[in-house]
Amino acid sequence: MVSLRIDNRSVQVPEGATILEAAQSAGIHIPHLCYLKGVNEIAACRVCCVEVEGERAMVTACNSPVREGMVVHTNSPKARRTRRINVELILSQHDCKCATCVRSGNCQLQAIANDLGILSVPYETQLPKGLRGAWTTTFPLYHDYNKCIKCMRCIQVCDKVQSLNIWDVAGTGGRTTVDVSNNRVIKDSDCALCGQCITHCPVGGLRERDDTQKAFSALADPDRITVVQVAPAVRAAWGEYFGLKREDATMERMAACLRRLGFDYVFDTNFSADLTIMEEGNEFLHRFKSGGLTRWPMFTSCCPGWVRFLKGQYPELTGQLSTAKSPQQMFGSVTKSWFAQKLGVEPEKIFCVSVMPCVAKKAECELPTMAAEHGPDVDLALTTRELVRMIRADKLEPASMPEEPLDDPMGTHTGAGVIFGATGGVMEAALRTAAYVLTGENPDPDAFADVRTGPDLREVTYEIAGIPVRCAVVSGLGSARELVEQLKAGKAHYDFVEVMACPGGCVGGGGQPISVEDEERYGVRGERLYALDKANPMRFSHENPAVQTLYDEFLGAPLSEKAEHLLHTDHRAWSMPDQ
Amino acid sequence: MSRLSIETPDRAQTVLNGLNRDMERRINASQPGLCPVDMSLNFLRLCHAQTCGKCVPCRVGLGQLSVLIERVLDRAASLEDIDLIENTAQVIADSADCAIGYEAAHMVLRGVRGFREDYEEHVLHGRCICGLSHPVPCVSTCPAHVDIPGYVALIHDGRYEDAVRLIRKDNPFPAACAYVCEHPCEGQCRRRMVDDAVNICGLKRFAVDQARPASVERKAESTGKTVGIIGGGPGGLTAAYYLSLMGHQVTVYEQRPKLGGMLRYGIPDYRLPQDVLDRDIDHILTAGVKVHTGVSIGKDLSIENICGSFDAVYIAIGAHNDKKLGLEGEDAENVISAVALLRGIGEGDVPDFTGKRVCIVGGGNVSMDATRTALRLGAEQVTCVYRRRVEDMTALSEEIEEAMAEGCQILPLQAPARIEADQNGRVAALWTRPQLIGSYGQDGRPRPVDAREKEFRIPCDYVIVAIGQAIESQAFERVGVTTRRGAIEADHTSSVPGVDNVFAGGDAVSGPATVIRAVAAGKVAAANIDNYLGFDHKVSCDVDIPPAHFTNTPPCGRVNLKSHAKPGCQGDFSLVTEGMSQEEAHQESGRCLRCDHFGFGIFKGGRNTEW
Repeated sequence: MVSLRIDNRSVQVPEGATILEAAQSAGIHIPHLCYLKGVNEIAACRVCCVEVEGERAMVTACNSPVREGMVVHTNSPKARRTRRINVELILSQHDCKCATCVRSGNCQLQAIANDLGILSVPYETQLPKGLRGAWTTTFPLYHDYNKCIKCMRCIQVCDKVQSLNIWDVAGTGGRTTVDVSNNRVIKDSDCALCGQCITHCPVGGLRERDDTQKAFSALADPDRITVVQVAPAVRAAWGEYFGLKREDATMERMAACLRRLGFDYVFDTNFSADLTIMEEGNEFLHRFKSGGLTRWPMFTSCCPGWVRFLKGQYPELTGQLSTAKSPQQMFGSVTKSWFAQKLGVEPEKIFCVSVMPCVAKKAECELPTMAAEHGPDVDLALTTRELVRMIRADKLEPASMPEEPLDDPMGTHTGAGVIFGATGGVMEAALRTAAYVLTGENPDPDAFADVRTGPDLREVTYEIAGIPVRCAVVSGLGSARELVEQLKAGKAHYDFVEVMACPGGCVGGGGQPISVEDEERYGVRGERLYALDKANPMRFSHENPAVQTLYDEFLGAPLSEKAEHLLHTDHRAWSMPDQ
Repeated sequence: MSRLSIETPDRAQTVLNGLNRDMERRINASQPGLCPVDMSLNFLRLCHAQTCGKCVPCRVGLGQLSVLIERVLDRAASLEDIDLIENTAQVIADSADCAIGYEAAHMVLRGVRGFREDYEEHVLHGRCICGLSHPVPCVSTCPAHVDIPGYVALIHDGRYEDAVRLIRKDNPFPAACAYVCEHPCEGQCRRRMVDDAVNICGLKRFAVDQARPASVERKAESTGKTVGIIGGGPGGLTAAYYLSLMGHQVTVYEQRPKLGGMLRYGIPDYRLPQDVLDRDIDHILTAGVKVHTGVSIGKDLSIENICGSFDAVYIAIGAHNDKKLGLEGEDAENVISAVALLRGIGEGDVPDFTGKRVCIVGGGNVSMDATRTALRLGAEQVTCVYRRRVEDMTALSEEIEEAMAEGCQILPLQAPARIEADQNGRVAALWTRPQLIGSYGQDGRPRPVDAREKEFRIPCDYVIVAIGQAIESQAFERVGVTTRRGAIEADHTSSVPGVDNVFAGGDAVSGPATVIRAVAAGKVAAANIDNYLGFDHKVSCDVDIPPAHFTNTPPCGRVNLKSHAKPGCQGDFSLVTEGMSQEEAHQESGRCLRCDHFGFGIFKGGRNTEW
């Protein structure tokens, strides 16, 4: 332990702790902006500067380790002046039009500037001029050069966590900015669209393409039937903005909000998650038994960030992806065929919206392979954050909303469907059903719980009906890359691998609400999904009665010709931009 | 009112003079990887601030050029604007009244012509071609990319063995380099922005002198692959060391009786004692390198034989042949080449120059070695003759100063004309033609031309020629190795084009260079040979680096090594420079600004832990 004094209080912390951590442990808050624990400890913003007795210059609290006997002042006149002027300098190169900023109220810079009581900035405003400030408006990821504060967090998250190196510093001297690496433009890059750069941006420098007005337009069109599906992970996070307790932010309360927004039918992506298990699980058993997985495993395909990553980094392994469409796309496909038939309307009349914890879903639903003659299966993908903005725009108060049941038939789901939103969930749901298919009876629903915890690689071999199935689960693209490299080197062998692009799975998705305190919330959100699974009387996808009806009435059996046509895709039919 | 008064600079001028010196140091310390357009713009602004304001091209034109270049950087210019910049600058260069204007315009012209593609990239895409990498200056300017901030911090903590181990990750010649490296790492040391570069080389010497012998490094599992290395100098042994650590079976062929190459047979003992060199070589051999000395490829063994019996071959034969002056009388007795003299001494053949007068021709480091060696061999009078000025000599300035301190005479601006022999065919005098320093040549150095003066006779007994070295490559041409301007052709990966399993590097490829360049080449070869053999071994070091101090130290003088160069060193081959004291090393290592931690280093490129 190291003893020191911070603001005249004695503090004891373990050796190696930073001044910032030591202060936190004593309840002293040192403002900081660029710091992101373990990822970005580069002391770039200089907001966390404190005065250390005996040192000539200010010391950054975020990355300076404590020393025995040191005396720190976080609010000395020098510390106050340093913090204030550095924040003012940041503001001089930041577009401070907070009224029109997506992060207003959720912005770390705004909070610090407000707290400091900065009412005007004594410096000239310097924003990128002309084309230097231009970014494409059609790509699902939007970078605002005028709001970027060059904290470098996006670069670091993309490099260190996601291993994709999409971002880099560009420009020079005072014109230095964050841009796509290697002098590329984003549309030509191999960006997976995981959106982790967005959720780790402290300001409005990065966001998703805003599609809320398109959704409002569709809702305003009396000739369109609006159908909305909500991904499992959304229910674990949407209430955060409204201050709802996680157990109060139910899917049913959200359904009430969605109906008030004007959606004609409120459904659940959990339904198509169950459907995915039927298709993907059977596909796996087929490929497994036919000996197609001896060299390479079958990879899950429900995460479009992972699909983009694999196709961009290891295009030669594209064939190892399950051909099953993602739950979002299965939902759209079934909506515009079976459900349209049930309603007795032309599929063109239906406007299918999805609410996703994800930015890559916006690109997925626009793929040429995800459409039929009647147009795209899913017309619009919104992020959780966009849903929150729509609820706010209509001044709805979720806390006072009643809980309303979802519509039939695609509002019905099992616990296996809901855990799709957490890392390991797809694997666990698939194993539950695979065990049933192979043995004819349901296993203990918690028999495969070992694949649940943690964002890093988990590998488990399960014996199902006497056959060992080698499973691996990984989340985060950096971890995914390590796994693929192990497979390529022949150092690891699996039969079935689940990959989610975002650490922790969709609950930690790039479309989810952003913590202004830099909390990683995938853990608590994932726990919520597992609690929902446990509370659900149905815990096996094959028991979903609506899915059974869909097969009986329409599809026949899993992997039938019709199912292949509607629910499967050829991942090789499109290419990443850089190929 | 007095008619005249004594002028003293006022306070503002005194301060500004200091700032000018600071700026000069700062520009010299510019790190690699800066945007040339942005730098040009800001040089131009400085030039514009110097204008007196009298003339149009300078007062108005330089300002308008700044506006145009700023537009380029703001991506608000067109390609035509680049032409406008060039035309405007040309007119300023042609019509400015004084150097303030036309030299500023010349700088812009050199830029717009020399890196036009950078201008175009800014106009078309708003980016720099240079990317924006700000590597740690010392690490990036060291050819072998040794982790300098790391070992300097270890020295500061008194962890000398760890410091040497860390150096060995990238350079297996820590001791030799500590004594004779030309330390390019110090050239752009960021500490120069504060006061002066850290004495990196001196600190390294302190570390290697304090460190106990290192234990044997852990080797990778044997690969069963074999590598033959031709040449036991710094380059060949570097490759041998790393390839051995990677698990390959390495055999070195050296034509001389001992290993070390130019380190042993080219550098005199007063700069690099043999036992210092032996420390490095002994450690290299612990990696399990097989050595055959006294074997000359092409004479004792054919190159075909070598290429056929090893999976890969690295040619690192150095440049050991001398170059001739091509002057009348050069065949006289007692005209010898510097490399031959130094090599002979290395082999124990020590000539006696007692009472003799010796002339050395040339201005490089080898010339200084020969000059000072001649003195130590007992010469009564030693004169180094050079056709340019002293400041144009390519030898390190401290070498020149020490040579002069020891009593050697440097005779600049004298071009050798012919050698006069006596009736016995022995050297009697060197005749030189006095030179006038003149206009600048393509190489950016002023050229000497014959002055209108009479030839000059320097009576002497010996003439030592030190005007460069050549390589002996005929033996290798038989397997398809090609040469260009007397050097073996190899690409930047050390691969020899057209010959599958042969690699080459060091002086034999680059021409005579420095120890650290040979080490760097050996390192590149080791990595690429490893890949060629189908492996991807990484070389790393598990030494943990002390955390950086919080803030920097105030300006503090640089500790320079004390030199014992003084007259009367006849017969004395002992070390000339004295290493740092413990106190000096501690202070000097504390001057390091830790660019691995502060600035860009903590973000990217601060430390490469393996290669």
